[in-house]
Amino acid sequence: MTVEELKSLKSDKLVDARGTACPGPLLAAKKAIGDIQPGQIMEVLSADEGTKSDLSKWSKKQGYEYLGSIDEDGMYRLFLKK
Amino acid sequence: MANDLEAKVNQLEAQLKELQEKQPKDQLSMIVFSGDLDKVLAAFIVATGARAMDMEVKMFFTFWATPVLRDKKKVGKGKDFMSAMLSKMLPKGSTETKLSKLNMGGMGTTMLKSIMKKKGISSLESLIETAGELGVEIAICQMSMDLMGFKKDEMIDYPNLSYVGVGTYLSDAEESKIQLFI
Repeated sequence: MTVEELKSLKSDKLVDARGTACPGPLLAAKKAIGDIQPGQIMEVLSADEGTKSDLSKWSKKQGYEYLGSIDEDGMYRLFLKK
Repeated sequence: MANDLEAKVNQLEAQLKELQEKQPKDQLSMIVFSGDLDKVLAAFIVATGARAMDMEVKMFFTFWATPVLRDKKKVGKGKDFMSAMLSKMLPKGSTETKLSKLNMGGMGTTMLKSIMKKKGISSLESLIETAGELGVEIAICQMSMDLMGFKKDEMIDYPNLSYVGVGTYLSDAEESKIQLFI
């Protein structure tokens, strides 16, 4: 998805993992994914650029669809669809 | 003809089953040998990350890594003189581990810990706790325990702790997709 498309997405669950370092954002995502239904969208906030690659690989392994990320000032907004 | 086919199918099914049993599990086996703070940190970051990826994780602690799992507040009872001496010389738990490089008499380690805290990187103690909550299995080498004279009652309270030999590690590793030595 393009940044514009991502920006217009409405996420069903927001996970703020900015206070944690690797592998914190993945653990936070794993914890939160149970709260949403298949088809719903989860947004993960991370301060660690490595999460972009990690979350995409994690989604693939778990069978979720990684939608992309938006770089904002000092943080990354990452989106995936369960 | 039908009999031939049936025999062939049975044979193929048996072979398939055999192959499936040989297939490694979605599992990570790790030997943690080093007692250096940086290396043990790496081991636990990989272990907890693997649990996030839904892999089974088995850590096998041996040699210098064994004292990392001692509990600072506990006392091992009934040690002979040599064991008691060795116990004094070896680190008592994760908080007494040092960096493998730039330790500078402990200054480097203290500095790194403060930087980690500032950057929101989990301490070794909290990573061990997280690993326990996530179901990371830890097995401690019984031979290392005997060699260093450690008693089970001085080791940390950890939900999934056992004392094993190298055979257990090998059989776990054989079934694992990933094996690491740290």
